[in-house]
Amino acid sequence: MSTVIIDGPNVAHGHDVGTGHHDHEHHEQHFIWKYIFSQDHKVIGRQFLVTGIIWAIIGALFSVFFRLQLGFPDQTFPIMEKFLGEWAKGGKLSPEFYYGLVTMHGTILVFFVLTAGLSGTFANILIPLQVGARDMASPFMNMLSYWFFFAASIFMFVSLFVQTGPASGGWTTYPPLSALKEASMGSGIGMDLWLISMSLFVVSSLLGGLNYVSTILNMRTKGMTMTRLPLTIWALFFTAVLGILSFPVLFSGFVLLIFDRNFGTSFYLSEIFIGGKALSHIGGSAILYQHLFWFLGHPEVYIIMLPGMGMASEVLSNNSRKPIFGYFAMIISLVGITVLAFLVWAHHMFVTGMSPFLGSIFVLLTLLIAVPSAVKVFNWLTTMWRGNIRFTVGMLFAMGFVSMFISGGLTGIFLGNSALDIHLHDTYFVVAHFHIVMGVSAFMGMFAGIYHWFPKMFGRFMNNTLGYIHFFITFAGAYLIFWPMHYEGIAGMPRRYYDYSAWESYKQFISLNGFISIVAIIVFFAQLLFVYNFFVSIWRGRKVTVMNPWGSPTLEWTTPIKPGHGNWVGEIPEVHRWPYDYKDDGNGNDYIMQTEPLKPGEESH
Amino acid sequence: MSGFITLVLIILVFIIIYQIGKAGEYASMLREETKVKEQTNKTIAWLLVAFFFLGMYGIWKCNQLFDGKMLPPSASEQGVNYDSMFMYTLIVTGIVFFATQAVLFWFAFRYQSTEKRTAFFYPHNNKLEIIWTTIPAIAMAALVAVGLRNWLNVTSEAPKNANIVEVVGKQFNWLIRYPGKDGVLGKRDFRKINDANNVMGLDWNDKDNMDDIIAQNGELHLVVNKPVKLIIGSRDVIHDVGLPHFRMKMDAVPGIVTTMWFTPRFTTKQMKEMTKNPDFVYEISCDQMCGKGHYSMRGTVIVQTQAEYDAWLLMQQSYYATTTAPAAPAAGAEQKEQKPDSVKAVTMK
Repeated sequence: MSTVIIDGPNVAHGHDVGTGHHDHEHHEQHFIWKYIFSQDHKVIGRQFLVTGIIWAIIGALFSVFFRLQLGFPDQTFPIMEKFLGEWAKGGKLSPEFYYGLVTMHGTILVFFVLTAGLSGTFANILIPLQVGARDMASPFMNMLSYWFFFAASIFMFVSLFVQTGPASGGWTTYPPLSALKEASMGSGIGMDLWLISMSLFVVSSLLGGLNYVSTILNMRTKGMTMTRLPLTIWALFFTAVLGILSFPVLFSGFVLLIFDRNFGTSFYLSEIFIGGKALSHIGGSAILYQHLFWFLGHPEVYIIMLPGMGMASEVLSNNSRKPIFGYFAMIISLVGITVLAFLVWAHHMFVTGMSPFLGSIFVLLTLLIAVPSAVKVFNWLTTMWRGNIRFTVGMLFAMGFVSMFISGGLTGIFLGNSALDIHLHDTYFVVAHFHIVMGVSAFMGMFAGIYHWFPKMFGRFMNNTLGYIHFFITFAGAYLIFWPMHYEGIAGMPRRYYDYSAWESYKQFISLNGFISIVAIIVFFAQLLFVYNFFVSIWRGRKVTVMNPWGSPTLEWTTPIKPGHGNWVGEIPEVHRWPYDYKDDGNGNDYIMQTEPLKPGEESH
Repeated sequence: MSGFITLVLIILVFIIIYQIGKAGEYASMLREETKVKEQTNKTIAWLLVAFFFLGMYGIWKCNQLFDGKMLPPSASEQGVNYDSMFMYTLIVTGIVFFATQAVLFWFAFRYQSTEKRTAFFYPHNNKLEIIWTTIPAIAMAALVAVGLRNWLNVTSEAPKNANIVEVVGKQFNWLIRYPGKDGVLGKRDFRKINDANNVMGLDWNDKDNMDDIIAQNGELHLVVNKPVKLIIGSRDVIHDVGLPHFRMKMDAVPGIVTTMWFTPRFTTKQMKEMTKNPDFVYEISCDQMCGKGHYSMRGTVIVQTQAEYDAWLLMQQSYYATTTAPAAPAAGAEQKEQKPDSVKAVTMK
């Protein structure tokens, strides 16, 4: 098996962790190397998670602010002035800052929470533990990946405080709006900081992704063939592949935008009259940016979805006490989704005046993606069929994931069909669709993962009662918020509006917007409950007393309750069977560990 | 002060909920843990069932609540196809939605863990998997077929007899240009734009521009039952001409000309009667984020009969006349003021 030599300040106890013999001569590591500049994948994973949680609170708080404006456009909220100062003079958001908040909400949640916070966390924690490796292929690069993310976070955070406000052209930041300082206040220094931050983010994502792929391909323990990998690892593998292939394209798009903004090039600009004068830019295409952006932007949706799919598969199977139904079909559908994810980006651009023929191709490929998605849903449902289901909090969130994925996936069929998209494009139907499918659903998958692997991460359990409260408020709240938005969208109500009261066609929804805002605020507080539960449980939660609290056959539960750097004491266990052997083991258990050799006459899966 | 009180209240509620959670943990430690687990499992299973039925009731209620608040029937002929296709898709996805959600919640309840139950080891079944790969594929193929027919129909060439109107977006309103008597829109150049007297940068060397009419109030006049082709552009950033009542939408991109065409079915007056709303108005919304005034970038469409339209058109002055006409009769001081641009245009010839 592969040998990994971890050097650097982190391995103060200086042994070759890869070769198996493990000396127990432990020096106490300095706090800085153990918890801050750590190269231990488990610590890095937790760093991603905590940073992600902090960003999630900020991003969600922003949505509370702009929901107050949307729900109650004629009222003032003096408390907002305390938070936002000049931007909410007299307790009313300024339109500039409203758009800044909307943009930041999107950027933070899509990239910082659901990309870095989600796959950063679980790829780091689960990959070495579930494939049977001491650490990532390059622990140092892995550490860098976190610190680039941290640097990106700093730039994004700083951009919130500059005088002209943060970027405010929407999370997609289409030029010319984002390219010209005259077009919007947020297109000043705020936009520069946004681009710097996002470029650092791309670097972080690539460093992480390359590590995940090489670890999965090269560092599996003895006997861990690819077809014995848990579906979480398959999902995280394809997530990393998607990121590696598409983030560089986004980066190139950003570089051209930086050039247009600062060095007078005209990649995206042509024939513009703004701020009282005609600009000299000619010959560029604003649509080019959209192609480059969505070439990442669409795979990004799957970068967000796949980890949740993997974790939901794992948690559903574990708590139904049944193997995942159609393991190979699940892998093939992941492959299908990954390949198709690269071929559908222009369905975000049906109304940009693109060639109708090209549009037709993208319609076909887009609706094709419904097939592997449907297969996954049917397989999840069949996994539960005739199971012996225990409703742990993780299980409930995994079920919530499936429910939300169905709801949000089905509305995608409307939007992917260009003839319907013409009317629904950029309305609240889109807002409802993607919030359900890649917002709430991905969050549900993430929560399932956090509740399920919390014992592995911290050696303690989270509080169950609070977990159940958290689940039901979130699940019900998410439907109450986003279900009615479909109606607004079908009625043509455009997204990204600051105030609808002047519109004859949309003002009938004003009371509905108020209702949505109230529910959103309640759900926000339910998430704080989770955060509270999370942090208190790290130190005060019920202690884990057995190695394998969920009765799961996978490798991470063969490590000590609180694994040190290197994960296994002694040799890395050898794997003999697939990860879903929920069968009677003859000793009264309803599962057989992956490390258990096949019995005489037993066929491997 | 009130902010402080709310904060304290929120913290209090948190502490209470946390204590409840803690009490739950202690209770499970005191009583037999397996028994508590069984009880919790049962409760959750029932809660899920309740959730499902409440959810279905909620959907029904929601439908009832918004029944009268949705858009009236499509105001364009192309939108009629949209409406029917939307219904088909809704039925297909609706069936799948109810079936899968029901199965999800039913399985959760039916197969909740009990002492007696053992899970059924069922790793795969190729026949089943092939069936549920094929069925969605066929359903999708059908939806794609209907979709593409409508899509190619909507994006096809406009009929020869279509009226032509240009719509140009700028931060934050719409400029509408009618071709005038000659039926031809003259050339324009963004370098000739001047907010004082040439908002669209019309090239006065082009004779076709002389009779063009520009409306800066965002009013788009259309003739009922007559196809209209919109030539769409933008002066600054990307906008989007959104016509929800006509089920039409097209981006306005600087440097690129986009088009869309459709045939209005009902005049504004007819729509007022149909919706029983005397304030009814067709609105143009900007559907592409364009800056701080995005939400206020509103235009209106006025659909008229041919006779009404002709009468209205007769009253409009050409843009050339409104911007340079005052200078012509006076020929004095005022002309100087107007001169730079038009003179330049003439000398450029």
